[in-house]
Amino acid sequence: MSIKEKYALLTRDLGWDTTYQSMDAVFPQDKFEGIVIHNWDGWEDPFRMTMDAYWKFQSEKERKLYAIIDAFQQNNGQLNVTDARYVNALKLFLTGVSPLEYAAHRGFAMAGRNLRGAGARVACQMQSVDELRHCQTQVHTISQYNKFFNGFEDWTHMHDRLWYLSVPKSYFEDAMTAGPFEFITAISFSFEYVLTNLLFMPFMSGAAFNGDMATVTFGFSAQSDESRHMTLGLEVVKFMLEQDPANLPIIQKWVDKWFWRGYRLLTLVAMMMDYMLPKKVMSWKEAWEMYFEQNGGALFADLARYGVRMPKYHEQAAQEKDHLSHIAWSIFYNFNHAAAIHTWVPEENELDWLKAQYPDTFEEHHLPHLRYWQEQHKAGKRWTNPGLPMLCQLCQVPMAFREPGDPTQVCYREVKYEGENYHFCSDGCCDIFKNEPEKYVQAWLPVHQIFQGNCGGPTLPEVLDWYHLKPEAAGDYADSADRANWERWTNDNPKAA
Amino acid sequence: MPVIALAPDYRGEVRDRVENFHGNQLVYFGWDRRMLFCSPFTLPLPPDMPFKTLVSDVLTPLLAAHPEGASIDWSTATWLRAGQPFVPEPEASLVANGLGHKTVLRLQTPQPAGVGGSGN
Ligand SMILES: [Fe+2]
Ligand SMILES: [Fe+2]
Ligand SMILES: [Zn+2]
Repeated sequence: MSIKEKYALLTRDLGWDTTYQSMDAVFPQDKFEGIVIHNWDGWEDPFRMTMDAYWKFQSEKERKLYAIIDAFQQNNGQLNVTDARYVNALKLFLTGVSPLEYAAHRGFAMAGRNLRGAGARVACQMQSVDELRHCQTQVHTISQYNKFFNGFEDWTHMHDRLWYLSVPKSYFEDAMTAGPFEFITAISFSFEYVLTNLLFMPFMSGAAFNGDMATVTFGFSAQSDESRHMTLGLEVVKFMLEQDPANLPIIQKWVDKWFWRGYRLLTLVAMMMDYMLPKKVMSWKEAWEMYFEQNGGALFADLARYGVRMPKYHEQAAQEKDHLSHIAWSIFYNFNHAAAIHTWVPEENELDWLKAQYPDTFEEHHLPHLRYWQEQHKAGKRWTNPGLPMLCQLCQVPMAFREPGDPTQVCYREVKYEGENYHFCSDGCCDIFKNEPEKYVQAWLPVHQIFQGNCGGPTLPEVLDWYHLKPEAAGDYADSADRANWERWTNDNPKAA
Repeated sequence: MPVIALAPDYRGEVRDRVENFHGNQLVYFGWDRRMLFCSPFTLPLPPDMPFKTLVSDVLTPLLAAHPEGASIDWSTATWLRAGQPFVPEPEASLVANGLGHKTVLRLQTPQPAGVGGSGN
C-alpha cells in the first residue's frame, strides 16, 4: 500500500456516521461557534502522516535527543553557558512555556474529540502527542539546571499561582475554553503559524549563542513537529474559509483577538531577548520587524484573496516595538522580590547595545530609571516597588504599556459592564473584553486574589510561601546564591572560565 | 453578544465584586508621567476613608519610594477620576468623592518632572 492509501484508510475508514445518537448530539461543539462546514473530506493534512510512520520518526528523534542530554549531563554542560544570568531565561521558559506545551497536549486532545471530521481528529491526535513530548523533553533537559540553580523546582505549582505566570496560563485557558475551531485558530494559526518564530527563534538561538547545547537540542527535536503544526494551522484556516462565506467574519475576529493575545504574551519574550541573554541574538525590535512585519505581512497579503486582512492593532504593536522589552524588564525589576527569576541593571556594554538598537527611545525614556536603580543598588539600597500593581483584566500584565504616540503616559482603557468597572492596558485587550464580557468578568487576577485573601494570607511572606517561592530564588542577581555559586564553580573550573 | 457559549444564556461569575474584599474596596492609583513605578497601584481601602487620609496615610508613604515623592506640592496637584478632571473634597470620604470600587484615581504634578526631567 502506498502512504497515500494508508493515510486514506487511517483517516477515512476509522470514521463513521453514528446511528444510535445523532451526529450533532455526539459532536455538539463543532457548530455553536457559527462555523459552517459542508464537506469534512475537504480537510487535508498536507503531511499525510500514518501512525507507523509517526512512531518511527518520533522514536528516532527521541533516541538522538536523550543521547545528547546524557552527554550534556555527564560533562556538566551547565558550566559552559556564557553566564549564570542566562539561566534565568530557562527559568522563565520552564515555568511559563513548558506548562503551555502540556496545555496544548490537552487542548488538541479535546479539539480532536470535538471535531467530526476523521482527518481533523487524526491531525489533532498527533499534535496532542507531540505537545506532550515537547513538555517532557523540556522538563528532562532543564532538570540538569535544577540541580545547580534556584527557581526551577515546583514549576507546575508556580505556573498555577505566581502573578506573572497568570499571563501565559490565562492565555491558554482562554483558548481551551473556546470552541474547537477558535482553539485551532488561536493556537495552530495565530500562535504557531504567525507568531511562533518570535518564541522559538529567540529561545533556541539565544541558547545556541549562550552555550546551552541542551536547550538547542530539544529545540531542534521539536522543530520538525512544529513545522507540521504550523502547516496544519494555515491549512485549517484556509479550509474554514473555503467551506462557507459566513465563516470569514468569525475567523477575522479570532485572528484579531489571538494576534493581540499572542502579542501581549510575547512581552515576556521581548524582555528575555533584550535583557536576559548575556550574548544577544538580535533585538526584539529587529525580530518583530523580520518575523511579523515582513513574514507576517507577506502571509496576510497572501490571505487577502480569502478576504482576510491584517490583524487589528498591528500598527500599535509596530509602534510599541521600541518600548516593549524595556517596559517588561521594568515590571520585573519593580517586583523582583516576588518573582522566580533574578533581574539586574545591564552591564555597560549591554547598555551600549541597547542604545544602539533603540537609538530614538532608549536613552530618553528607559535609561534614566535604570541609572537610578544602579545608583541605589550601589548605595546598598536595592530599589523595589512598595505596592502591588494594577493589572489588565484581559492579558493580566501590569498596566505598564504606554498610550499610543505618548511613551511617557500609561495607557488606560475602561469599560462599565453591568455596573462594574473593568480596566485594560490597550484597545486590543479592551475590544476582546467587549466582545465576550461574560467570559472575562471571571478572570482570576493575582493582585485582586491577594486582596481577597485567597493567596495564603495578607502579608508578602505568606503570599510568597503560598507561591512556593523561596527567598533565594527571588531578588537581584548581584546578591543571589546563583551568582555566588557560579563564581565559585567557574573559578575552580578552567574549562568554563 | 455577552459570550459565545454552548449553554444558552451563559453567565460568568463576577469574581471581583466589592463584597469579596472584606469591607474594603479597590482604588487604582497612578502618578502620571512617573515611569519609575512601572504601573499604577491597586489599593484596598475602606470606602469611608476621608480623601485627605488617603493622601497623608497611603499615598505619601507610597510615593516616598520615588526620589521626588517627598517634594510633591499637594496644594497645586491636580487629579483625574476615571479619566476626567476632578477637584476632591479633602474631608469627604472616598465614596462621597465619587471614588467607588475599581475607580482609577490619577495624580498630576507639573513639577518636578521625574528623574532627570525624563518622566521617570
Ligand atoms: Fe509544542
Ligand atoms: Fe506545537
Ligand atoms: Zn491587556
